[in-house]
Amino acid sequence: MASALINVPKKAKRGDIIEIKTLMSHIMETGYRRTATGELVPRDIITSFSCRYNGVEVFRADLFPAIAANPFITFFTVATESGKFDFEWIGDQGFTETASAAISVE
Amino acid sequence: MKLIRTIAVAGLLLAAGFAVPRLCATEIPQAERRSGYTFMSPDTKAIQDDDTANPGMLWVLDGEALWKRKTGTADKACADCHEDARASMKGLAARYPAYDKTLGRPVNLEQRINLCRAQHQQATPLPYESRDLLALTAFVAQQSRGMPITAGADPQLEPFVAKGRDTFMRRQGQLNLGCTNCHNDNWDKHLAGSAVTQALPTGYPLYRLEWQSLGSLQRRLRNCMTGMRTQIYDYGAPELVELELYLMSRAHDMPIETPAVRP
Amino acid sequence: MHEPKNSSRRQFLSLAGSAAVMGVIPIVTVTPAEATPAMLASAIRNVVGTATVQTGKIKIDVPPLVENGNTVPLTVTVTSPMTENDYVKSIHVFNEKNPQPNVGNFYLGPRSGRAQISTRIRLADTQKIVAIARLSDGSFWSVSADVVVTLAACTEEVI
Repeated sequence: MASALINVPKKAKRGDIIEIKTLMSHIMETGYRRTATGELVPRDIITSFSCRYNGVEVFRADLFPAIAANPFITFFTVATESGKFDFEWIGDQGFTETASAAISVE
Repeated sequence: MKLIRTIAVAGLLLAAGFAVPRLCATEIPQAERRSGYTFMSPDTKAIQDDDTANPGMLWVLDGEALWKRKTGTADKACADCHEDARASMKGLAARYPAYDKTLGRPVNLEQRINLCRAQHQQATPLPYESRDLLALTAFVAQQSRGMPITAGADPQLEPFVAKGRDTFMRRQGQLNLGCTNCHNDNWDKHLAGSAVTQALPTGYPLYRLEWQSLGSLQRRLRNCMTGMRTQIYDYGAPELVELELYLMSRAHDMPIETPAVRP
Repeated sequence: MHEPKNSSRRQFLSLAGSAAVMGVIPIVTVTPAEATPAMLASAIRNVVGTATVQTGKIKIDVPPLVENGNTVPLTVTVTSPMTENDYVKSIHVFNEKNPQPNVGNFYLGPRSGRAQISTRIRLADTQKIVAIARLSDGSFWSVSADVVVTLAACTEEVI
């Protein structure tokens, strides 16, 4: 079970600069911790996050183990037209999650 | 002196026609009580203040999904009996731990959820600190956000509040410390880099930056007990539930903050 | 003042005492490895190549003293008009003392409107953070910030 919290304004005026906030459930296991018996806990992190606005990529990030658990990423974009934001998180051990949010631009 | 003053104040309130709560278990004067929130840096407060920045909300979201999911041999969801949690669960967490007639003792919210699972869903109990139990507890407790804590007001709970208070006051463990030595006597000071707070559990289950996860009040209590080098009670032990109950009664009338954020 | 006769015993007691307060019963331990200034320099070199890195235009907002190094709020802002011809292409964040020098790379464009990103990072210790912006004209701009990480008084057994 992985949840995401996305905050995109429902409405905006054309040309407005809007803030997008994203929060994704993930432990972000660094790969640098060891168990009591000395075995390395395998790395399990999100390595890539992207946001597409009506199909066009407007933001992308590479993440490393120094990003805190349950990655929180915020960024800005210009509201150009009504439509949809698609978010994608890709990580170790086959992790992939998507989410989307709609916006109405006047 | 303090006792005499408390009685005098109670007398005044009685004269003024107020219902006086039983000589309240609060050892910190009512007016000086502060949520753990007030001890935090502005940056940490900001995480709690914004639901879209508060990672605790991820568990609340999961809890909402679980609330609607059928489970157990009864193939029932929480929502099949309790319907919309926004109405049915409103104020519930503010009363917990609450007295269970069948068991004849207080149960906390996690135990109530598991009793419900056993009795009505015929499902296996969810383990303490499992993601599902934390999620359901957080979802239920969040419905009481902003409402005043009333746990411990039920007269049947009086002996259990007293037992919890005894655990809180008693010196124990290799450091010979009582909870009270930090949380009543030194709450305005620091232990290493951390603020010593007043032990008022207004926001559980909560997201601790240290844990990088949501966790229960019992996890926090066991955490403290490790630090005190004392015997750590098992999850769900009556002693821990009584301690929870006493702590909630200290926070009487303070608003629920679930899911809170703490360092 | 003279040397205490039982200095080794005292040292032991003080260590035991601090362990008690910390409640340290390490089940999972963090590998002591840490990035070195050379690793930081090489990670930065990987991004900027042979270009000259200038100071200015870029700003880090991070608390100077954090309550817990596991979750440190970080905001990076670059001064830029963010037009088709003059914009920030990417922001790169590095640290000095975690096991690995990279924190995150953030790719922007003229459609970003504002060159600002926020996230939460882990800092294993008190250290320096470096942020570098790559602009559309190929120039690089850098800034650094120091963060003091205090350790929690009571840690717990891993569940």
